[in-house]
Formats: sequence, structure tokens, C-alpha cells
Amino acid sequence: MHVMTDFYIIIQQLVNGLILGSFYSLVALGYSMVYGIIKLLNFAHGDIYMVGAFVGFGALGLFGSVLGIGWLGITAALVISMVLVGFLGIVIHRVAYQPLLNKNAPRMSLLITAVGVSFTLFNAVMVMTSGEYKAFTTSLSYDGISVGPLNITYTQIIMVVATAVLMLGLYWFINRTMYGKAMRAIALDQDACRLMGINVTKTISLTFFVGSALAAAAGVMAGVYYGSIHFYMGFIIGLKAFTAAVIGGIGSIPGAMLGGLILGLLETAGTQLPFVGSAWKDVFTFGILILLLVTKPTGILGKSEIERM
Amino acid sequence: MVNSVGFKDRVTETIKGKKTRVLFLSLLVIIVALLPLGVNNYIEEVMTNTFFYIILALGLNIVIGYAGLVDLGYAAFFAVGAYTTGILMRYGLNFWLTIPIAVIFCVIAGIIIGGPTLRLRSDYLAIVTLGFGEITRITARNLKVTGGASGLVGIQRPTIFGHKLYQITDFYYTFFILVILAIIVSLRIYHSRLGRAWQYIREDEDAAEAMGIDPVKTKLYAYMIGAAFGGVAGAFFAVKMTAISPETFAFTQSAMILLAVILGGMGKIPGAILGAVFLVFFPEIFREIGQMRMLLFGILLVIIMVFRPQGLWPERKS
Repeated sequence: MHVMTDFYIIIQQLVNGLILGSFYSLVALGYSMVYGIIKLLNFAHGDIYMVGAFVGFGALGLFGSVLGIGWLGITAALVISMVLVGFLGIVIHRVAYQPLLNKNAPRMSLLITAVGVSFTLFNAVMVMTSGEYKAFTTSLSYDGISVGPLNITYTQIIMVVATAVLMLGLYWFINRTMYGKAMRAIALDQDACRLMGINVTKTISLTFFVGSALAAAAGVMAGVYYGSIHFYMGFIIGLKAFTAAVIGGIGSIPGAMLGGLILGLLETAGTQLPFVGSAWKDVFTFGILILLLVTKPTGILGKSEIERM
Repeated sequence: MVNSVGFKDRVTETIKGKKTRVLFLSLLVIIVALLPLGVNNYIEEVMTNTFFYIILALGLNIVIGYAGLVDLGYAAFFAVGAYTTGILMRYGLNFWLTIPIAVIFCVIAGIIIGGPTLRLRSDYLAIVTLGFGEITRITARNLKVTGGASGLVGIQRPTIFGHKLYQITDFYYTFFILVILAIIVSLRIYHSRLGRAWQYIREDEDAAEAMGIDPVKTKLYAYMIGAAFGGVAGAFFAVKMTAISPETFAFTQSAMILLAVILGGMGKIPGAILGAVFLVFFPEIFREIGQMRMLLFGILLVIIMVFRPQGLWPERKS
């Protein structure tokens, strides 16, 4: 009997870890894509996730009366948030980063600009929401598949499936379309791409669009899943997603997906360990990051290269 | 008739001359030293706060400006200093004795952070230092000895030559002296063998290594000395505020210090001072617009970086 209960707890935690990992993966993808293409640590990426959650929240408020606050309304809010935040990503790239890229400014300046963008987004949302928590109200039920004490809700299943669909879509986009090919080419050699007639700036903008849209999707899904959002939610997930991207090998798309899932599972497992618990779980995560960076800085699927800022 | 060219030359020569600079600097020091006589407590408080950030900015400037290393978790050192002093004073140790211990702890923290990470790529370093900053804050929040989430309260005021430091004017002068010491130490280090090694590494690590400079060891010294600055500042911060809590050392704090260095222009002492002054004065001047000022701050930061990526007053490269 005791063994069975343990087994159920493990499965339940596995599911929780998988969902957390899905959010990490979606955010990590944006980090990794932007890093892969212009070697910029887009510090504001966590805040883009947060803005995504708030745009989705607003969209659900606006259209909720027409479409309801069930799956239809949520899907509409998700799509609206992805598109709007995607464009926000383009604006950020054009206004804040591209002028510096044109000037060939030091990488440190780019990093600081990213901190500035993060500050701007963070404080803009804080002013607009007066720093309050917002309840992300939906009409989703807690129904699901129950086996003994184990309960996996349909919401959880749909979250994981939706993440998988988004990732497969991204995989197709990167590997099977001309735009994706252009992105991969720019990551290898920008100057050669320019000579081949690829519009480099536009492609970078597109990368920002896709990365930001994925982060927005994660933001909306996290809002739906956890039921409340606030302006501070982007900071820690930005750090975690970066960790995920590094675990998988930064710059690598499958790496970001894998890294997010591994981190989500590790972290959920960590909260079950004695001496870790939920109070120390962030320390546990950063501990993993540091350990990994020291032992295998290229990550699981990353290429090895030596670079200096 | 005035020979305009000769006149202009003479004027620029006078302005750039060493004598003028010494005169200007001593005037500035005198004004700042006499300031408490003529202003109210509010201005004194703002100025003391500015001094405090100047010390931190100068410390971080050693890491970022001199050695060219990123550090997004500098508040961690400042936290270690403040907590060390706070805790030791609770056990009855004299404040002045806690300072060297705080510095030692900070240097150890610098070695812990720098040791395993300095071989890494610099943008990884950014995230690892950020992670360490968070770890420090979370640890302070979770441990009993640091007072948990509410932090340490009722830290005693220090006494010097029988005079108890408790008024704002006392701290004004204490921090003013610390700023002058920090500037002298910064200058001395910059022109020392170690300072030259840092600049060499920053400009060309491979060449520096070929010349027999050990990059990892030299970079580690930058972390250790930067940490020591943070430790001293933290110790004095603890006794000035008499209360410290983990949230004082959140990422925003590290970001602020970093911005002071970057805004002013990396690697230059007047730049770091200017950055710190701007950083403290800006929110004070725009106090009326409340939370909007931080928003404005973010936007301004992006604008400055886009138009002057090298900072407001960068180091002149010869």
C-alpha cells in the first residue's frame, strides 16, 4: 500500500514537473533563438513573458463576454497575446537593440540595454496594474483522469499538448521554411547572408517576433494554470528559462526544449528532497546551473565554441 | 588686438592644466565638506546615500571597468558585509572589529563566486553572478541567524573616540571619508602592476596570457577587491540603517549599482561617481511622479545606451 502511494506521488510530481518544464521550455526557446542569432542575452525576455500574461488577461476580459471564459475564450486570448507581444518583440528589437547592432557596440552595452528594456516593461506593467495581483479567472473545471489518489486534470493534459503543438510548429518553421533557413544561416555568418541577399535586420526581427510570441503563450498558459498573475512573475522565470537554455545548450532549439523539461522535472523533484523543500528550490536550481556551467558549459546539445565579450 | 588663436590655446591649457584641476577638486571637496552647515537633513540624507552608492560603484568599477568582467549580483557582497557586521554586533563584537571580518567574508564570497566561473564565457558569467545574487538573498531569507524574511533589526550605532555616530551629519562625514578612501584606493590600484594587468586582460586576453599574466588569477583578484569594497560599504550600511532585510539586496539593487558604473562610463573614477550621483538624484528629483520615475529610468537607460553606448563620461583610450 505504502509503495503504491509513493508511486502515485511520483507520477503526480512527474506531471507537475512536466507542466512547469513546458513553461520553462517555451520561454527558453526565445532566449536561445535570440542568443543563437545575435549572441544577445535578451534580459527582457522574462518580462515579455509577463507582458504576455497581462495581454492575455486583458484580451480575455475584453472578449470573455462574447467567447466565454472557457477554452474558446482562452484560445482567442492566447492567439491575440502571441500576435501583440510578438510585435512588441519587433518594436523592442528595432528601437533598443538594432541601433546598437548597427554601431557594432560592445556586448556589454547590449546587455545593459536589455536590462533597461526589462526595467521599462516591468515598471510599465507595475504602474498600470498598481502592483496588484490579478486573478486570472477562467471557467475551467478540475475534472480529469483519476486513478486512486492520482488526479491529472484535462487542463494539465491540454497544457502539455498545446506546448507540444507550439514546439512542433516552431520546429517545422525553423527547419522547413525559407525564413527558418534564413535564421539558421544568420546564426552562422551574418556577412555572408547579407551578400546572399538575405535581409538580416528583418530576419532578426522575425526571430524576436517568434521568440516573444512563444513567451507570451507561456505567460497566458501560466496565468490560466496558476490562476493569478502579477508584474513580478517574469523575473524569476527569466532566470530559470536561461538556466534551461544553458542546460540544453544555448543557441540550440531542441536543446531549449529538452533543457526546460529537465529543469522542470529536476525542480519538482528537488522540492521533494529533504533539505531542499520549496524554500530552497531556487537555490537548488541555480546550484544546478553553476555546477553544469563548471562541468559542461556547452550544455547537453550545444556546440563547443570559445568566445569573449 | 587679441591674438584669438593664442588666447584660445592659453585658455584650454589653463583649463586642462594640472593646477586648475587640483584647484577645482579641492574646491569641490571643500564645498562638499562644508555642505552640512547650510542645508537641511533631507539634502544631507540624499548626499549620504549618494556617497554610499559612489563607494559601491567604485567597487564594481574595479570588476567591470578595470577587469572587464560582468557582475549582475554585486549586491550579494554588500549583503555579506552588512549581515556579517549585523550578526557579529549582535554577539557583542565592536563595530570597528567587525569590518575586517566582513571584508574577509566578502573576499571569500568573491573567491567562491569567481573561482568556478571565471573560466566561463562572459555572458554566462552575467547569469551566474545573477544567480549567486539570488542565492545570497534567498539564503538570508531562509536562515535563522540572519533573521529570516524580516531581517536583522536594532543594530547598534558605533562609537568613535567616545562619540556615538547617530545623527545624519555623523554619517555624512563617515561616508564622505569612505568615498575619499575608496577613490584613493581605486587610483592606486589602477596604476599598480595589478591594475595594468587587468587593463591588459580586458583589451586582449590572449596577448596578456602570452606575456605571462595568469588571466584566471588576475580576474579573481578583481572579484576579491571589488567584494572587499562591497563589504566595507555593507558594514557601514548596517549601522547607518540599524535594520537590514533580504529584500534590500534584491536584484534591483545590483542593477542600480551596475547602472551607475555603466552610465558614468566604465573604467573611469569620475564616471562611476557621476553615475552614482545621477542614480540617486534622478529618483529624488522626480519623486513627485511616484512609480513613473522607475519607468522613466528604464526608458532613459535605453536611450543613453542607444546614443552613447560607451557611457556619459568614458575612459579615454590612448
